[in-house]
Amino acid sequence: MPDTSTVAPAARKPLREGRRQAGPPGEPRRVAYLYVAPALIVFALFMAAPLVYAVWLSFFEWDGLSASTWVGLGNYVDVLTDSELRAPFLHAGVLVVFFSFIPVALGMLIAGLMTRARLRGLGFFRTVLFLPQVVALTVVAVAWRKIYEPDGSLNDALRAIGLDSFARGWLGDENFALASIGVVGIWVGTGLCTVLFLAGLSKVPRELYESARLDGAGFFREFRAVSMPAVRGEMAVALTLTLVAALRTFDLVYVMTSGGPGYASTVPAYEVYDRAMQKGEVGTGVTIALVLMVLILLATMLINRLSETAGDA
Amino acid sequence: MNNSSIERTITYAVLILAAAFALYPMLVILFTAIQPESIGASGVDFGNFATAWDRGNFGTYLKTSVIVTVSVVILSTLLACLAGYAFGTMRFRGSSVLFYLLLLGLMVPSEAIVIPLYFGFQELDLLNSYPALIFPQVAQSLAFGTFWMRAYFRSSQAEVVEAARLDGAGHFRIFWSILVPMGRPAIITMMVLVFMWTWNEFLLPLVMVPTEESMRTAPLGLATFQGQYTSGTALLAAGAVLVALPVIVFYIFAQRHFIRGMVEGSVKG
Repeated sequence: MPDTSTVAPAARKPLREGRRQAGPPGEPRRVAYLYVAPALIVFALFMAAPLVYAVWLSFFEWDGLSASTWVGLGNYVDVLTDSELRAPFLHAGVLVVFFSFIPVALGMLIAGLMTRARLRGLGFFRTVLFLPQVVALTVVAVAWRKIYEPDGSLNDALRAIGLDSFARGWLGDENFALASIGVVGIWVGTGLCTVLFLAGLSKVPRELYESARLDGAGFFREFRAVSMPAVRGEMAVALTLTLVAALRTFDLVYVMTSGGPGYASTVPAYEVYDRAMQKGEVGTGVTIALVLMVLILLATMLINRLSETAGDA
Repeated sequence: MNNSSIERTITYAVLILAAAFALYPMLVILFTAIQPESIGASGVDFGNFATAWDRGNFGTYLKTSVIVTVSVVILSTLLACLAGYAFGTMRFRGSSVLFYLLLLGLMVPSEAIVIPLYFGFQELDLLNSYPALIFPQVAQSLAFGTFWMRAYFRSSQAEVVEAARLDGAGHFRIFWSILVPMGRPAIITMMVLVFMWTWNEFLLPLVMVPTEESMRTAPLGLATFQGQYTSGTALLAAGAVLVALPVIVFYIFAQRHFIRGMVEGSVKG
């Protein structure tokens, strides 16, 4: 599941750039093809070829069994115009706020606090906060289902503080199912963002903070003037990783709500599976997948472009 | 200083709150898993793990997961090292085109290729098989792996390579006896990440194993189990613990590599 690596990588500068003329590193060697071949063959067969086949399939209406019908761009038009097909993309947009924006903000706050004070047990906190990133999302989904149950611990807590009227079966409630999944996204992403920002902040020279403090800067001014500029790169990474995770949400929805109630919490990746594998609408499913891929590509490129121009300024 | 001690207290409070939030769902699962299955009984019951292992079939699921994960990690490490070596240290016609092609693979999510893969493997009569579980996952890991290893080989010390060459070492000896052993940290980090991604992957196994129960990976087995046995909460929780445990144990031992991989792999590539 290399979804976490779907980041446009910033070009790594060669270490010995000064000594070498422009051009690729290394010396000319034909034997290189032998080294590259195994990887390229696997890549071509199980990545490139299926992708090409996906594009082909997206031009057809096909139930996976009987003959297929050529519909040209019909499936794409459907995805753009049919409100039932657009809904999952809107839901993905909502999830971006929960999976990406909120964890980035929280992560920045926690990392800022952790860097400012000399603390004991920093390693412990880092390990614990990052843990949600490691556990299979199916396990995460099972755990949160338990919490959201009508007699689960969330409702217990609400009743204990007298908010009985708020208690409900969260995942069965049309108005709350999507947001409930979103909260799980906050849980998964916050630690990742915190750890990324901690890594960025650790590069800031200690003296910079000390001089800021001598100038009488409080937490927020110090945060804006010293911390924020230092983690621009990590910010782009955190946004990209969490945004891609948000757009690709599948496991959580599959296990927690199956897109329901009704279509209240369906997302693109779930719709891909549901249409192509269960409803016999292969063309529609594949088209949703390709549109999703293009969206991910665009989002990744946009974030990297933004972080680069911000870096130049 | 009074001001800073207040701030320190607030910081600890925030951290403890965040840590509790991070741990809580896992503790919920753990405590549910050791509760007696029969209603009304109280106390602690570790029997759920044994029951989940046998009757819940988690033993079988875990076996499939181990076979798939080990194969994927070994295969993709091998292929990524070989390709990364060539891309990182050699100059050959088409190298940048081929490399950018692989890079593009970083951007292709499994959603986009899983449906065509299903029909392809169906055609070959290979659904519900190890190849169907292993090869697409290797392809998914290769883009990152090649990229990661190329970065290592590019930064490997030219002096060492030159010295070896003067001693008469060929390209394969330089690769296998010098650069690979020296690159152990980079290689281990990549293996750790590929292990985690493969173990936790859900969509690929879901589509590639449509019918054969014994070929289900652990996360897939857990998802189907929860669909079938809505009443066996403790058993489901025990299964969830069994699915999560290998990665968590691994994480605690290798956490440096997890975090380093996530940070560096994405910042520098």
